[in-house]
Amino acid sequence: MIYLTADIGSTYTKLVATDIESCKVLGASCAFTTIETDVREGFNNALRNMEAQIGEFSYDKLICCSSAAGGLKMVALGLVPELTAKAARLAAASAGAKVVKTYSFEISKAEQEEIYEINPDLVLLCGGTDGGNKDVIIANAKRLCQIDRDFSVVVAGNKSASHELQKIFSYSSNSKANSGIDSLSEGLDNSASESLDDSFSRDTEKYFAKHFVITQNVMPEFNKLNIEPARNCIEELFISKIVEAKGLSALQKMSGHEIIPTPLAVMRACELLSRGVSESEQGKVCLQGKVHTFDAALMAGWGDLIAVDLGGATTDIYSMADGNPTLSNMLSKGLPEPYAKRTVEGDLGMRYSLSALVEEAGIDRIVREATSFSGSEITKEQVESWIERCCHNPDIVSSKGSIEESIEEAIAKMAVEIATDRHAGIIESVFTPVGQMFALTGKDLSEVPLVIGIGGALANSEEPSKILSGAKYNSARYIYSKPKEPKFMIDGKYIFASMGLIGGFNPAVALAILKEEIKKV
Amino acid sequence: MKKRVIVTGVIGADVHAVGNKILAYALEEAGFHVVNLGVMVSQEEYIEAALETNADAILVSSLYGHGEIDCNGLRDKCDEAGLKDIILLAGGNIVVGKQDFKEVEKRFMDMGFTKVYPPGTQPETTIEDLNLMFAKK
Repeated sequence: MIYLTADIGSTYTKLVATDIESCKVLGASCAFTTIETDVREGFNNALRNMEAQIGEFSYDKLICCSSAAGGLKMVALGLVPELTAKAARLAAASAGAKVVKTYSFEISKAEQEEIYEINPDLVLLCGGTDGGNKDVIIANAKRLCQIDRDFSVVVAGNKSASHELQKIFSYSSNSKANSGIDSLSEGLDNSASESLDDSFSRDTEKYFAKHFVITQNVMPEFNKLNIEPARNCIEELFISKIVEAKGLSALQKMSGHEIIPTPLAVMRACELLSRGVSESEQGKVCLQGKVHTFDAALMAGWGDLIAVDLGGATTDIYSMADGNPTLSNMLSKGLPEPYAKRTVEGDLGMRYSLSALVEEAGIDRIVREATSFSGSEITKEQVESWIERCCHNPDIVSSKGSIEESIEEAIAKMAVEIATDRHAGIIESVFTPVGQMFALTGKDLSEVPLVIGIGGALANSEEPSKILSGAKYNSARYIYSKPKEPKFMIDGKYIFASMGLIGGFNPAVALAILKEEIKKV
Repeated sequence: MKKRVIVTGVIGADVHAVGNKILAYALEEAGFHVVNLGVMVSQEEYIEAALETNADAILVSSLYGHGEIDCNGLRDKCDEAGLKDIILLAGGNIVVGKQDFKEVEKRFMDMGFTKVYPPGTQPETTIEDLNLMFAKK
């Protein structure tokens, strides 16, 4: 039985063929994505490339994920930056979205315009604990409705505001581009016009139709995270609305299975590899009539790990760890973070967001790192010229052994370093009458034993462990709680997303293949 | 009736956890919804918690003597954050040494606290006061 998985990226459509009985990857291939015309073209080209490698074959199941056409572009709104706004960002990122920006408090006119410019696929609207603040989420709901863009809204905030929110969004959906005043009072029953504040009914702003879903609060109680319901809603909306908008419906029909965002597939593979497969889960899988007794050692996960996915536009960090404090005199502060956490850095990428990355890292730092990778002196001019070429032509590839290759490696290391800095917990030292204490905000990842690299820049490098060392604890930047003694491994064939997809049907097989294919470097 | 929401915590670099837990328990038992921030709480954390939960009062505890420095400016920040007229209470060993409580009280009231409690105050006293304050609101 052969499963074919397709990852429709913005540039490449990547296929992996897997034999389920023997738990082996038969082959991998790719071709340019053809989302503008017909996504099936690129798929068929990649399929032909595959057949050239492994001969003709027929597959039993086709499963797809996609990050094409900008992926799932989202913005998140909350109340306090470190509380519901952060919870909103975590929820959106864990659903596989590219979270372009997070907003807190009532959004300003300028921020409203910024959201218009971003033109997100989805907006996650949060704010207030259940029974807590209602004003801000209600105000932001109205402001979102005033934006003339066709995005869907997932509402996951204070449940006590849901009646008002329901009315605001259904009002805006019922009447396209209303001009406020008159039609508004008709659209609402009496009780509603009482509960909505006056400014709304006096408002002369236009309201634009928004598709919306109301779900459970991301932070129902103070400092209690509940991101699963919002995450599920985002996934459902991706399947029901975004897939079509992104020109993927033809593929969806071909496959017969739901298309999910690629980062979500990677996230699932990370969770699978970390936690392993339990006996009850394995019981669900049917290995073509063969009776498999449960092998605990075979089905055990690798435990805590971090995965780094270094792409052209973003750098994604996945951490699978509880992240509890590792020191006895350390206290956790702030919002507790989930075991499976993903962060996505839209300003750190090897191509499309290269200029922002260079700005963040500093050109001198890149020159020093590049020199250390190449072993001979590399000048600032050389670095600048390569960066310029990359920005003009994102498809450019450095040749083996060239100085450009060293520069690429230096840039990659910087991206890994900055992205993991932002992902990891922050440790601050506090002096108290009972001595020195440490306050930890976020996850303590200092004892995570394993960092896995995903992505072309890592797979093609001669020194992937040196690039990945950017994810290691650095005493010069001691506030970031990153792994002190990690092993480094590489996903050379880029099978993480594929195994995340297969894991949805057959976790035991996906786990076995991941453990086989992820190699130590 | 909706439960009143009270944010509690020990301010500054103070790690006295026992009294904090007892007080939170007593307030819960008295029918309040308690958002307990624990120990080593900064001014910003009280305010952020009060904002999200739409709190009715903030109860600041301090046991290590630095309370006066830690509490200074809390009312201003509350006003700035839009927590207008929120009830602010402080209690514990809030100053260094044995000072006349009348003077200490005055200094805290000048800082904008609604009420201040001397060492050894029982939770019942505060609960009674809170009920009175809420009845007036």
